[in-house]
Amino acid sequence: MHLILNNPVSYKTDQNNKSASNKTAANGRWLWFFKMGSPRWFYQISGRCLPWLGGLSIFLLVLGVVWGLGFAPADFKQGNSYRIIFIHVPASTVSMAGYMLMATAAAISLIWKMKLAEVVMKCAAPIGAGMALISLFSGALWGKPTWGTYWVWDARLTSMLILFFLYLGVIGLYEAFEDNISASKACAVLSLVGSVNIPIIYWSVEWWNSLHQPATIKFTEESSMHPDMLQPLLVMIAGFYCFFGFLLLLYSRYEILQRERNTQWVKALVQTQLQSQVEK
Amino acid sequence: MPPFQFDSLNEFLHMQGHGIFVWSVYAAALIVLSLLLLSPLRKRKRFFVEQAMLLRRQQQAALKSAASLTAKESS
Repeated sequence: MHLILNNPVSYKTDQNNKSASNKTAANGRWLWFFKMGSPRWFYQISGRCLPWLGGLSIFLLVLGVVWGLGFAPADFKQGNSYRIIFIHVPASTVSMAGYMLMATAAAISLIWKMKLAEVVMKCAAPIGAGMALISLFSGALWGKPTWGTYWVWDARLTSMLILFFLYLGVIGLYEAFEDNISASKACAVLSLVGSVNIPIIYWSVEWWNSLHQPATIKFTEESSMHPDMLQPLLVMIAGFYCFFGFLLLLYSRYEILQRERNTQWVKALVQTQLQSQVEK
Repeated sequence: MPPFQFDSLNEFLHMQGHGIFVWSVYAAALIVLSLLLLSPLRKRKRFFVEQAMLLRRQQQAALKSAASLTAKESS
């Protein structure tokens, strides 16, 4: 009898405990997301990753360049000019992925008003613009020996040029505003609208007749590239991704310092730098 | 990994007439990537110099006002 009476009560409290622990677990699960919003936390964590990411990207890039320039076999159709692929494809890939990252950060900054997302969005723009510039320049210099012309106004090349201008647009728009809040909002909208260009670039070679060759690396089927050429290309793509991440951390860290320069923790950081200089 | 593809340094630089294109691309990529790398490093250095100067000025101003306060009190 005692047991029967007691059981429902204990069951209830059990359930209450469970739901409470579930809630804290959910909070714990998302804690990193909110912590990420704290610029100070990001500054400290990124400082620890920085040397590793920098070292890894330099290692991959040097390995990829030496491998691609000297050891990968020449192409039977294009000869040695195809070695441009080891710069062209990674730069193009990263400039497109960088744009998606910028647009995602833009969405997060609009929805959750997260400071760090604004920082990432702003800092991705110059790096992405640099990558797009490398992609366009290397494409033009690859086009001359292969197609006989530096530039044609076809879908792939034009949409890539638009990507470069979108990056420049985000940089210019940000500079045009006095305060960070309106600048971030305007840039977030521009980068979200501009993200429609990414699938256009990606599928342009299939949707329209183009001089540009279709993708050589495919996710769904086997790549149409010999492993001896594919391996250094994959190393270079990984190297470019790492270097992009490394640069993004460097730019974001500077931007955070600039925005938080009146806070105690940045002042303490300046103080320690000052002391270390005096000791030297 | 396949062996080194060129017989001499000259051949490596020339790349059967494609050298100028290939090497220009690699040089341009190196220039753009180094500019991208140097920009935040330089800005960061300048930031610390400026903020340190600001901090020093603030500390000196605080010392001065403290000194003038004690001077007033003693007089």
